[in-house]
Amino acid sequence: MNIFDIMGPVMVGPSSSHTAGAVRIGLITRKLLGRPPVRAELLLHGSFAATGKGHGTDKALVAGLLGMAPDDPDIPRAFPLAERAGMLVRLGSIVLRGAHPNSVLLKVEDERGNTLEVNASSLGGGRVRVNAIDGLDASFTGEYPTLIIRNEDRPGAVAEVSAILSRRQVNIATMQLYRNMRGGLAVMVLESDQDIWQEAIEELRACPGIVRVTYLNMEEDG
Amino acid sequence: MAFTSVEGLLRAAAEMPLWQAVQADDIRDRGADAADSWGQMARLWAAMTESVAQYSPLLRSSSDLVGGEGGLVAEQGGRLCGPFLSAVIATALKTGECNACMRRIVAAPTAGASGVLPAVLLPLQQRDGLSDEAMTQALYVAAGFGQVIASRASISGAEGGCQAEVGSASGMAAAALVHLMGGTPEQMAHACAMALSNILGLVCDPVAGLVEVPCVKRNVMGAMNALSCAEMALCGVKNAIPCDEVIDAMRSVGDSMPAALRETGAGGLAATPTGRRIAEQILGK
Repeated sequence: MNIFDIMGPVMVGPSSSHTAGAVRIGLITRKLLGRPPVRAELLLHGSFAATGKGHGTDKALVAGLLGMAPDDPDIPRAFPLAERAGMLVRLGSIVLRGAHPNSVLLKVEDERGNTLEVNASSLGGGRVRVNAIDGLDASFTGEYPTLIIRNEDRPGAVAEVSAILSRRQVNIATMQLYRNMRGGLAVMVLESDQDIWQEAIEELRACPGIVRVTYLNMEEDG
Repeated sequence: MAFTSVEGLLRAAAEMPLWQAVQADDIRDRGADAADSWGQMARLWAAMTESVAQYSPLLRSSSDLVGGEGGLVAEQGGRLCGPFLSAVIATALKTGECNACMRRIVAAPTAGASGVLPAVLLPLQQRDGLSDEAMTQALYVAAGFGQVIASRASISGAEGGCQAEVGSASGMAAAALVHLMGGTPEQMAHACAMALSNILGLVCDPVAGLVEVPCVKRNVMGAMNALSCAEMALCGVKNAIPCDEVIDAMRSVGDSMPAALRETGAGGLAATPTGRRIAEQILGK
């Protein structure tokens, strides 16, 4: 852990895992959706469900969905602000099998009807991990610029993606592959040390067999 | 590379002031430059100061268990402890209350223990007219010791009980105080070792699982413990067990703690009849 994992972050209380981490999960979900959500269902699991209310976990998740960072003083007012922004919020609880105690399943929809389902956990100290997107396993923290590519599971897909990225001078730090079944839908998660050029992302999107490309950079606004 | 032993920290401090050794390591570790690292730490100090300044005695947590205590001590305290120590008590309560009431604080090392460092640092800065620069250096010292604690033991109550949160904060604060009073790196290590030893075994038993009772007041205990251990170290008092071994003991004590006493809200004060009744009321709300 670096010294700023020990000292800091600056955050709205009361809990780095139940509040700051929850804001971050909401914010990652908004960025993955790519547009402000107009509908959000928050299904809390484990300790999030048991003590989430007293820790403001619900407010924190909504604040993140509204685009707030973990130190935003408006976090306590997230519900009225969501109403003003036209975001419909529904709260519930769920049992996610084998999940970390501080986990949540977020189902969001933007104004165009695009939907996204994110399963994520808060690991402590404000750090988080996304476990699955739209029911497909994935594992990333958002601490690095991250590409999430959903593609048809067929030979050559990985080579094609890495060829495009290497041509565009993007250095891949980590790469993971997941799929729901052979020949079905697959997910590639790539983390990079540097910001990934928009041109590379557009080229990936144009690739046959690639269903959806999502780019997550928590350093960027929006 | 992050520091994984106090011994290593002291070796690095043979070449330069300990705070600077921690900064130099941060620069290497993250590939940051000195100004960037310093700026980030200075902002944390500013945020600690602001969170105490924005305190209001009218704040109440959503459970209504916490609020107003810092104001009471700030107003009436001092008859027994004198102005400095009562300011320490009030500052710990204020920060802990701000945290419980969803105001902005600095996790140091956690949100639950966020009151300890500001509680000892702010009143000392005021009393002795110390510069913000000196306070920022003190945060580097605290972070360096905290890094060793995190790597050898834990700074999470769910893993190691309250000894890992308020205990760690108290050890970090004791070392930072020795720095501010002009003590040696060895004295910082003794102060940290004493502070950790005193809180060894403290369980994490929050009522209703909330960071409120007994967390806010345990910040006061962590701050007062840090002051007395720093004072002892500055007078040449030594800890028989070296700091690294104390931290290792803290880990093994944490590992042997039952889950009920590690932030589950199922044991200790949380499991008392009153603790259970409060939990039922809040969760039924």
